[in-house]
Amino acid sequence: MAQEKDRLICVTCPMGCALEVTHEGPALVEVSGHACRRGIEYARAELADPRRMVATTVRVRGGLHPLVPVGTAAPFPKGRIMELMALLREVELEAPVRAGQVVLADALGTGVDILASRSMPAAD
Amino acid sequence: MRRSYDVIVVGSGPGGMAAAVAAKKNGARDVLVIERDVEPGGILLQCIHHGFGVETLRQDLTGPAYAQRFVDEALSLGVDVMVDAMVLRITPSRHLWVTSARSGLVELEARAIVLAMGCRERTRAQIRIPGSRPAGVYTAGTAQRLVNVEGYMPGRRFVILGSGDIGMIMARRLTLEGARVERVLEIMPYLTGLTRNYVQCLLDYGVPLQLSHTVGRILGDRRVEAVEAVQVDERWRPVPGTGELIPCDTLLLSVGLIPENELSRQAGVALDPATGGPYVDEGFGTSVPGIFAAGNVVHVYDLVDWVTEAGYVAGRSAARFALGDQVQGAASVGLRAGENVRYVVPQRLNPESLADGPQRLQLRVVRPIEGRARVQVADGDSLIAEQRLRYARPGEMVTVTLPPSAYDRVRQAKALVVCVTEA
Ligand SMILES: Cc1cc2nc3c(=O)[nH]c(=O)nc-3n(C[C@H](O)[C@H](O)[C@H](O)COP(=O)(O)OP(=O)(O)OC[C@H]3O[C@@H](n4cnc5c(N)ncnc54)[C@H](O)[C@@H]3O)c2cc1C
Ligand code: SF4
Repeated sequence: MAQEKDRLICVTCPMGCALEVTHEGPALVEVSGHACRRGIEYARAELADPRRMVATTVRVRGGLHPLVPVGTAAPFPKGRIMELMALLREVELEAPVRAGQVVLADALGTGVDILASRSMPAAD
Repeated sequence: MRRSYDVIVVGSGPGGMAAAVAAKKNGARDVLVIERDVEPGGILLQCIHHGFGVETLRQDLTGPAYAQRFVDEALSLGVDVMVDAMVLRITPSRHLWVTSARSGLVELEARAIVLAMGCRERTRAQIRIPGSRPAGVYTAGTAQRLVNVEGYMPGRRFVILGSGDIGMIMARRLTLEGARVERVLEIMPYLTGLTRNYVQCLLDYGVPLQLSHTVGRILGDRRVEAVEAVQVDERWRPVPGTGELIPCDTLLLSVGLIPENELSRQAGVALDPATGGPYVDEGFGTSVPGIFAAGNVVHVYDLVDWVTEAGYVAGRSAARFALGDQVQGAASVGLRAGENVRYVVPQRLNPESLADGPQRLQLRVVRPIEGRARVQVADGDSLIAEQRLRYARPGEMVTVTLPPSAYDRVRQAKALVVCVTEA
């Protein structure tokens, strides 16, 4: 496979080093611009399997608010975030909701659970 | 309901909740938190994204999850929380006038008060954007509440003014909800929020950022139809001929936060024009004895972890004052902002505090330094403390610690001046 060059910004710490990466598809060949070793790991993971924490809301019936915030329990594959959003748009919970409650287990077969970020008491 | 408390905290955000927890743990018998919203938690309840608690809890929590921890802890310690209740006035003798639907107007009394009202957003009026006054102009925080709490999308096509964290976070949030974010405009020649948010909120979703640009004009009769983006020079004047119309139906303003200090002013608390918050000492005591302050009401923090820490300090000071064991020590030394420093908190330091342990100073720089920098704390020509930094940016608070070994020099100092320069 041909080698390509790209730019990434490491966000492992607030410094935010600008990295120059050379890679063959998802495989890292060379990296420069990192102020510490963790930049290499970041570049490798970003190329091979970029992941993000995802946070959104789902509808809840009979709660203090009409929505309850939810989030991934672990970083989720970046390329499938929009798919996850579409799926979560269909979810509707019933109040009360407990903080940490599993809203959707093993989302899209990724092994990542979606959890309620807060409790949602029933409206009185 | 009681009328008199050892400690009353105004506001139930992370600053107020940490203060309540610390007040209880330091011996205050009865502690009340008053919150105008329908539930405790503060602004974090609408910040549904991750990134909270990384510094102190070593966990990557969402805002609501972070808030809930401290609310739960306060409740389990027996802190009273009064919601849907607004503090209207505080007197210098620590009486509070509170109104709520449930109990009407009541007068409460406290041995010590902690102000934790947070901050509010700058609006269009405060930054004077010309053009018509159509519907469709919101502050980013208002939009955040509409989308994340109330479930209402304020528009379909957005332009965001300001590259602060709230603006960038909303760019991602709106994109995830199916809206188009045409552009983020930033008047400064550099990003004002965190790099992490630039990568994960703008780059990830292909939202373009234009530095040294602002909104020249808003167009539209009843609803926003477009905004005119213009380039600015180094003195923020529009560069003629650079105007570009961006069609959109909504403009979000993310142009800064101001500490919320109406109540403090009425109580006679002296405010620092540089921070917009009360002048405080190392225990977060204000100029009025028995009134303390914690969190964004003092100065706008970048990370919630520091707000929680400040709340602990303020709550402990309030409990000590309420119990009457406040030591009247030597006169405090003033702290001043020197070269490339916008402000320093605290503004006063009692040298005796160094006998208890190291003291933390927090500050913001005026201009960014990319590359090695140093913070220096000096009394005239004599250097008292120095710390190396890998860089210094206006968007990130700088923390410098005064070690207990500085005790003698601080005691003899007339004033401490803090500078941040290239190393
Ligand atoms: C939109 C936004 C996004 C943020 N994102 C992040 C992030 O990603 N990571 C991070 O670490 N930090 C973030 N922060 C910063 C962090 O959330 C704040 O620093 C923190 O919430 C401030 O806490 P506080 O207790 O000072 O104020 P707040 O949380 O604002 O609480 C103040 C409370 O006081 C109440 N109040 C005010 N006046 C009265 C009155 N007169 N009577 C009764 N109650 C009153 C208000 O209703 C409010 O509940 C963000 C801040 C904002 C505004
Ligand atoms: S490379 Fe190291 S110093 Fe640079 S941003 Fe990444 S973790 Fe921070």
